[in-house]
Amino acid sequence: MSRAADYEDVIGLEVHAQLLTRSKMFCGCPTTFGGAPNSQTCPICQGMPGVLPVINRRAVEFAMRTALALHCTINSGCRFARKHYYYPDMPKNYQISQYEEPLAVEGWLEIEVGGQVKRIGIQRVHLEEDVGKLVHEGTLETARASLVDFNRSGVPLMEIVSKPDIRSPEEAAVYFKALRAILIYLGVCDGNMEEGSLRCDTNVSIRPRGSSELGTKVEVKNLNSFKNVQQATAYEGERQRMAITSGQTIVQETRLWEADRSYTLSMRSKEYAHDYRYFPEPDLVPLKVEQRWADQLRTTLPELPVERQRRFVSQYGLPAYDADLLTQSRALADYYEAAVREYPKPKVVSNWVMSELLRELLGDDEAAISKSPIPPRNLARLLALIEDGTISGKIAKDVFEKMYRSGEDAETIVRREGLVQVADAGALGAVVGQVLASNPGAVEDWKKGKKQSLGFLVGQVMKATQGKANPALVNQLLLERLPKEP
Amino acid sequence: MATIAELGIRYRSGEATPTGVVRAYLERIEALNPQVRAYFTVTRDTALAQAEAAEKRLKAGAPLGLLDGIPLAIKDVICTKGIRTACGSKILEPFVPPYDATVIARLGAAGAIILGKTNMDEFAMGSSTENSAFFPTRNPWDLGRVPGGSSGGSAAAVAADLALGALGSDTGGSIRQPAAFCGTVGLKPTYGRVSRYGLVAFASSLDQIGPFARDVRGAALILQAIAGHDPLDSTSTEVPVPDYTAALGRGIEGLRVGVPAEYFIEGMDPEVEAAVRAAIDVLKGLGARTEKVSLPHTDYALAAYYLIAPAEASSNLARYDGVKYGYRAAGGKDLIQMYGRTRAEGFGAEVKRRIMLGTYALSAGYYEAYYGKAQRVRTLVRRDFQQAFERVDLLVCPTAPSVAFKLGDKEDPLQMYLCDVFTIPVNLAGLPGLSLPGGFTATGLPIGLQLIGKPFDEATLLSAAYAYEQVTPWHTRAPELA
Ligand SMILES: [Zn+2]
Repeated sequence: MSRAADYEDVIGLEVHAQLLTRSKMFCGCPTTFGGAPNSQTCPICQGMPGVLPVINRRAVEFAMRTALALHCTINSGCRFARKHYYYPDMPKNYQISQYEEPLAVEGWLEIEVGGQVKRIGIQRVHLEEDVGKLVHEGTLETARASLVDFNRSGVPLMEIVSKPDIRSPEEAAVYFKALRAILIYLGVCDGNMEEGSLRCDTNVSIRPRGSSELGTKVEVKNLNSFKNVQQATAYEGERQRMAITSGQTIVQETRLWEADRSYTLSMRSKEYAHDYRYFPEPDLVPLKVEQRWADQLRTTLPELPVERQRRFVSQYGLPAYDADLLTQSRALADYYEAAVREYPKPKVVSNWVMSELLRELLGDDEAAISKSPIPPRNLARLLALIEDGTISGKIAKDVFEKMYRSGEDAETIVRREGLVQVADAGALGAVVGQVLASNPGAVEDWKKGKKQSLGFLVGQVMKATQGKANPALVNQLLLERLPKEP
Repeated sequence: MATIAELGIRYRSGEATPTGVVRAYLERIEALNPQVRAYFTVTRDTALAQAEAAEKRLKAGAPLGLLDGIPLAIKDVICTKGIRTACGSKILEPFVPPYDATVIARLGAAGAIILGKTNMDEFAMGSSTENSAFFPTRNPWDLGRVPGGSSGGSAAAVAADLALGALGSDTGGSIRQPAAFCGTVGLKPTYGRVSRYGLVAFASSLDQIGPFARDVRGAALILQAIAGHDPLDSTSTEVPVPDYTAALGRGIEGLRVGVPAEYFIEGMDPEVEAAVRAAIDVLKGLGARTEKVSLPHTDYALAAYYLIAPAEASSNLARYDGVKYGYRAAGGKDLIQMYGRTRAEGFGAEVKRRIMLGTYALSAGYYEAYYGKAQRVRTLVRRDFQQAFERVDLLVCPTAPSVAFKLGDKEDPLQMYLCDVFTIPVNLAGLPGLSLPGGFTATGLPIGLQLIGKPFDEATLLSAAYAYEQVTPWHTRAPELA
């Protein structure tokens, strides 16, 4: 009998990214999210009789940029193909996708797991159109009718298929995260998983360690977060290990991840698998990609997350953790660098961005960061106020919150609310005197050698001054008045 | 009975007015359409409104062009904004397109008037117009016979003078064969010459819109208005459009005309063969040099076509499911039943047969043996023509192996498919083909002469046809209808 530990995971990911083009893949309709149902449609994306698709050149460029960033070979000629299945959210009952001749093939993406750098192969990058959305009255089971909204129908989708090079659920999550960061950096996808702009399916199989053959794979659908990817692949690998070690065989099938209940559920087995009847889309001529076009796009690629992360470590001396977090989104990394330019203490800025700014922002997506009510310059000025002693660190956190709510700069708030640190020895001396007089117990403790009571007394002074006292000065004044070294 | 060019002259001299002409046509349609049944929808009100607008332009001395005020008929497979477009099918009977096909927009910009939408074989699948879900159209030369198909309504409308010209669509002969059966000129342009945007797709890689007219000049004028690149159709090309009417007078002195041996087959109507051979002699007499050529893969073209066309059709027709537009069967208790019943009740037998054929040909495990192989045959057929066109400028042959047959005569689908044996290879190769009147049988039925040209060389086809037409009387004959 084989043991579960003798088997390793073999995982491949299929990621679908909605492209940030202004218009749809094959018609001129807008791609904006949230319009009234069917308000962003035309005869083409409604699949009317007689309509024809026209390729969106911008979408092709976005996919090419991605392919280049993933070190793929861009095919000089590619074709679109029709993929057939019946479903009411798909107006033509076929999806225009790519099959035998995709836009790009054979690339790789580097990930780092447990300090080890590893290359995950990219099998292909291709373009296709999204489908519409069904709206049910109530639930699918009880609805008397369903309505179809074609606003999303025809929105450009890019599919990125990895090779089965991923060996653990953790690697799967790291790969998905790294890929998302690249897409966001390239400006081709907003990476929003809740709204479905970025979706992931995973193929999981297991095989005896050391074997180079592939086992029967199971496709798991419906993964819309890093956590889901990790949990679902872990669950599925475990399910297969248990099946095999108890003598069962794995059935090739598609399973659905039920995030609420943390398990996968069989959707359809291979016998019921769709025959998509792919054939080359006769309404489109093969797409020619001239080398010049690809070369020109290559020169416009931005610095990508991995490179930037490494630079943050070497240039700013940041810990790897900080550099990783700050470079997840291009806007966040830009924000950080702008703030550091104004206030050149990299680690201090990093702490404030990671703890204060990211807590306030609702999402870490590009839009949220670039619309932050505290621009990098204002954060830098706030940090400068701490450094020159105008306000204390504690007060600064309150000021930060007020800046975030109002959009005002730090100086305005500090001045209006009188938050300037009390650094006048005369004024503070009186408060220190009062605190010592009203806390004889603490003074007694100090005399008995309890050093902690100094902290308590400092706290009392700060409280009495509503946090405005300069802590260093308070310390100094207290030490002057307390009996010398107990 | 006038031609398009003649009516244009009368408009300019004031002898005729668009409103007068359109009223006369509407009256004639009212009187004769019940017999011929060429039209499925007559657009009386919009036609009269368009006529008034044309009349104003003509009176102001500012017509839009040579088609301004010319009344035409449109095959019901071409989308017309606000006008029902049923495609000869129950499944699209209630469908009113919210947009105009590019050819309709271009005809509108040229001032043409649309009299109505013409009957056709369902989804353009057929060669007799008997596959219309609504009623069969009759041949104006003999009401007991078919007008050919699938553009039988358009051909019959022109032949019976229920319109001055018409648009049809041709996937395997659907313009040329009915043109031959009805004794009109019918032209299938090169694939990519005319935009397919708004043409309800049958087989996307073969479909092409083209004109019908009573004479060659009329066909040239309509082609001029509709040809040219359309950004909405990626398969339409940017090859420049020449001046077709200017090419008409070119003559055919020294033109090299090929006669393909494979297009004179055993079992074809001897009167057809005799007429075509006589026509070849006429061309020779006009100075053309004729020679025999061979298109050796002709025998396989029909079989390849009946895999490729149904395969594309099975995909193109998948959208008719009762969800969005058109017919929806009542009483389905779930989605699958709604789909099943809608398509079972909405499609006719021939359409279902081709959907099944095509679905099978594209299925996993069969794709290579059927669709893949048919595509390779298509390449061979195309190469046959390329080789022939290295030696000659155009080919001449019969349009169809027979003349118009009696309604109900060809119950066996395979017999019906053979009607298109001379036209199908032209679609597979994407070439332009033209049918024009080339004689009559002893019983008075029209015989079609087919000219096949090099890609985008419609001008040579038209000039050769025009030269032939000038020295033959066939196009001046008209059927007697009362
Ligand atoms: Zn649209």
